[in-house]
Amino acid sequence: MKILVPIKRVHDAYLRPRLAPDGSGVDLEKAKMSMNPFCEIAVEEAIRLCEAGEASEVLVVSVGPGACQDVLRTALAMGADRAMLIEAPLHVEPLSVAKLLVSIVEREQPDLVITGKQAIDDDSNQTGQMLAALLGWPQATFASNLERKGAEITVTREIDGGLQTVAMALPAVVTTDLRLNEPRYPSLPNVMKARRKPLETLSPDTLGVDIAPRLKVLKTEEPPPRKAGTRVADVAELVDRLQNEARILRAES
Amino acid sequence: MSERDVIKRETMEFDVVVVGAGPAGLATAIRLKQINPDLSVVVLEKGAEVGAHILSGAVIDPSGLDALLPDWRNDDTAPLKTPVTQDLFYFLTRSGGLRLPNIRMPALMNNHGNFVASLGRVCRWLGEKAEALGVEIYPGFPAADLARDEAGAVVGIITGDMGIEKSGERGPNYQPGMILAGKYVVLAEGVRGSLTKRILADYGLAENADHQKYGIGFKELWRIEPEQHHPGRVVHSFGWPLGNGTGGGSFLYHLEDNQVAVGFVVHLNYQNPYLSPFEEFQRFKTHPKIRDTFTGAERLAYGNRALSEGGWQSVPKLAFPGGVLVGDAAGFVNVPRIKGSHNAIHSGILAAEHLADAIARGRSADRIDSYDAAWRESPVGKDLRPVRNVKPLWSRFGTLLGIGLGGFDMWFQQIFGISPFGTLWHGKPDHQALRPAPQSEPIAYPKPDGVLTFDRLSSVFLSGVHHEEDQPPHLKLADPLLQKQSEFDIYGGPSTRYCPAAVYEWVPDADGSPRYVINAQNCVHCKTCDIKDPNQNITWVPPEGGGGPSYQAM
Amino acid sequence: MTILLVIEAEATGLSETARRAFGAARQIGSADILVVGTACADTSAQAAKLDGVGKVFVAEGTEAEGLTAEVLAATVMGLSERYDGFAAAADSVGKNFMPRVAALLDVMQVSEIIAVESPTVFTRPVYAGNFRQTVEVPAGEKLVLTVRTSAFEPAALGTASAPIETVPLIVPETGTARFVSESLAGGERPDLATARIIVSGGRALGSKERFEETLRPLAERLNAAIGASRAAVDAGFVGNDLQVGQTGKIVAPDLYIAIGISGAIQHLAGMKDSKVIVAINQDEDAPMVKLADYSLVGDLFELVPELIQALPKSDA
Repeated sequence: MKILVPIKRVHDAYLRPRLAPDGSGVDLEKAKMSMNPFCEIAVEEAIRLCEAGEASEVLVVSVGPGACQDVLRTALAMGADRAMLIEAPLHVEPLSVAKLLVSIVEREQPDLVITGKQAIDDDSNQTGQMLAALLGWPQATFASNLERKGAEITVTREIDGGLQTVAMALPAVVTTDLRLNEPRYPSLPNVMKARRKPLETLSPDTLGVDIAPRLKVLKTEEPPPRKAGTRVADVAELVDRLQNEARILRAES
Repeated sequence: MSERDVIKRETMEFDVVVVGAGPAGLATAIRLKQINPDLSVVVLEKGAEVGAHILSGAVIDPSGLDALLPDWRNDDTAPLKTPVTQDLFYFLTRSGGLRLPNIRMPALMNNHGNFVASLGRVCRWLGEKAEALGVEIYPGFPAADLARDEAGAVVGIITGDMGIEKSGERGPNYQPGMILAGKYVVLAEGVRGSLTKRILADYGLAENADHQKYGIGFKELWRIEPEQHHPGRVVHSFGWPLGNGTGGGSFLYHLEDNQVAVGFVVHLNYQNPYLSPFEEFQRFKTHPKIRDTFTGAERLAYGNRALSEGGWQSVPKLAFPGGVLVGDAAGFVNVPRIKGSHNAIHSGILAAEHLADAIARGRSADRIDSYDAAWRESPVGKDLRPVRNVKPLWSRFGTLLGIGLGGFDMWFQQIFGISPFGTLWHGKPDHQALRPAPQSEPIAYPKPDGVLTFDRLSSVFLSGVHHEEDQPPHLKLADPLLQKQSEFDIYGGPSTRYCPAAVYEWVPDADGSPRYVINAQNCVHCKTCDIKDPNQNITWVPPEGGGGPSYQAM
Repeated sequence: MTILLVIEAEATGLSETARRAFGAARQIGSADILVVGTACADTSAQAAKLDGVGKVFVAEGTEAEGLTAEVLAATVMGLSERYDGFAAAADSVGKNFMPRVAALLDVMQVSEIIAVESPTVFTRPVYAGNFRQTVEVPAGEKLVLTVRTSAFEPAALGTASAPIETVPLIVPETGTARFVSESLAGGERPDLATARIIVSGGRALGSKERFEETLRPLAERLNAAIGASRAAVDAGFVGNDLQVGQTGKIVAPDLYIAIGISGAIQHLAGMKDSKVIVAINQDEDAPMVKLADYSLVGDLFELVPELIQALPKSDA
């Protein structure tokens, strides 16, 4: 089984993002960038499948500027076999990414695509699902467990209030949720070896995909600051305000 | 020896292994490749990327860069864009202050030709230069241990094991560190480096040197209103809020993009255990001569690092069997000029030249005494010797008289070439300076206003600090009982005040007795606790790779 | 502009989530509803009573078991000609299937809208809610969106009933996931990450036992999840799966009651988007007290039992 893992380079999860003073959006110029945490989980899952003998090759692909090579190298250092960079501007919409991935899928013929459920920058949560629809493949999103059983995979999904299990014939798309696994650290020997693994660069033009954005971003701003709070004198007042002012608790009928 | 010997580790061999991607380490690596492109040079960096753990004012003396990369001024990518345009010195009192006339300053204090810049950005840029020359740089991997041969010489370093759980047990993602073997190891860990500390002890490198002296440095990056912004303006002050008996002072540097770097240094030989360097810094910003700069401003970043202040007298032997010390691992900061990165680079260049020569002669794992013998006549020594008495005079005579005498000493040397004081020695080591709490006055610091002044936790938040949760705490307490009996009972818990990241707390237990809580995850790797604990009971060791602050342009 | 809102059939009939999603849809234009599920009668009957609904479609059948994305998307596509836009709540069902609809229509989806500025301009959270982004969809293209329902008021129910029409459940021949099983938590406490009300404790609770004794009855009374500050977790009062904060869980409940939590910024980062924040604390200068919408200063060991007594018994 060959697995394709698309990964995204995003603002580091532990750093507080800031808006650029010129109003152009989030300031990424000086920001530390890293692999999207859900994508790390996807890479880890693919590698585990290889280690378990269920898969034979992991190919990672990223869409973005040349700097994305660093997250691709990290994926290679984790254990991916090959990497591909589709060189593109910084912000490419999920629909365009999905279309680019369709052409990669047609090229590489993977049996399974594992993606992160969403990127922590735009939080769209669309790419995996869109890719599945364009390919006519089944999908299992928010995976917290994945098992291969012959030509099928069984996925446990995190849904509101509990878990759901679905089975899919390959080829299929899976998107990862937080509890699927804990990604390994690339060891230094593997980081060193990763520098020599193949990394191919492609362009949207050669893949025949138009990546012009559809949505127009009008503005990005901080949420309005919270209004000043009220000191309540006692429990009775608190309950009263919660029931009648904030209307968060139902009053006794 | 230790468990580490039993673990099977991968090994890779290099000509030179450099620990630390700061200005000294990178300068060493670059110079080695310039001398001999065929040398294999690797640089290990514990921060998640180059620059992540670099923090400095900074006003940079470009002489180091001029020596390392003579063509740097024609390079558009060099991040030194703001030359110093104005130099202001103040002595502050609570409500006002005196501007000290520049004409009275010794020539070496003049910042003409220097640049206001981010040392972090400079290091990132140097990293790119190094990689372009074929240096391998691996951020996210701390050097946790030294590899030695049977004779005890250093033959390489061992990177930290990863995936060890809080309990000390190996977790599912456990990976042993690897050995990077080298003909020579260059320790460029900066002030109070953990491997450097061990090497100094193992080889007695500091036996004939004076105690090293330190300061704790605070820095905040702010975006200010354009009307307040004067690119290239450099402001220094001493005096308020510190009392005459506590050394230290402030800096306020105007960078590009409407940003300023504001900061504060407190000498770690302070005596009052109730002193909180963080609070001194915060209240400094409220001074009438300072606060207006920050009208309508936004705080962007915060961080800390210890500085070395011992200078000329405190530099240890720089060579040990199998390696050398460069940069602030040795301690090359010029205290009155408040600069050290230029000397870090000069020392890296010097070390590289001696290392390359030794390797060319087929040597390895021995002592490069020639490097140790050369530094005093090098640009580093020439920079440090004239200012060698400033810190001792300051410590001995307090701020007003001490700085006056220091200025006099520098002038005297400038005119007559010798010092009337000879070479003064520093006092006792910093960690012995604290007075017991009962003999000291608590200080009532003002509450933070959340606009100009802040609390420690929201400040540390802006350092981007992060550590892998499930790992053993990297701040090692040798004797917990001693901490209670001494640090708490005698000195009143100074660690709860000197730590800029609120790592240490004394929290009353259910039965009321105080329990020492170490919030290691907040640690910004400044090393102040390792330096200042009165019993030297706290040892800082590198946490799992990549953890620590995430300075963007500090 | 006519929107088709897709809602899932539920045993309880019409959920508040669905009513809020409809409220959002009505801000955009006129709206019809598509109810999908294995047993749609109750839900569709109530949906038909929503104030302002045009028509209610029902796609019912055993193939809808598990509400798989492929079936839902295909069924919606069966109606796609008639509508300018498609919406669903951004719950696990909506997030799962709606992007497929967008891809099949060759349009971008606008995910998790929190405000409707106009029929083509929407605001949504990005960077884990650190920022709000306002986007415009291109004129002439179909609209596809998911709705963060907590940001909208629930639509009211009227007395009139809209017409209800059956439509076929469309199951693609190939490429469909097969539903195997489902297990709903039904556990003791609601899941911290999605709970509507969270009761959270700090180090001031003093011990594991007191943490449990003090908070559990309050959480039970409110049917709330229990959370904790980092300090409480580090002190061993609870496990780290209850940790709320920058390195724990990021939550945005309707009500967050912080008990004995000082509110270090790392904790605040994890719950600042809560709709209503209540702080019960001894220290009136604590950052949590300053942040809270309602703060009660005093001894939490007295105030919390008092609060439990004062709350109506059947609140959920």
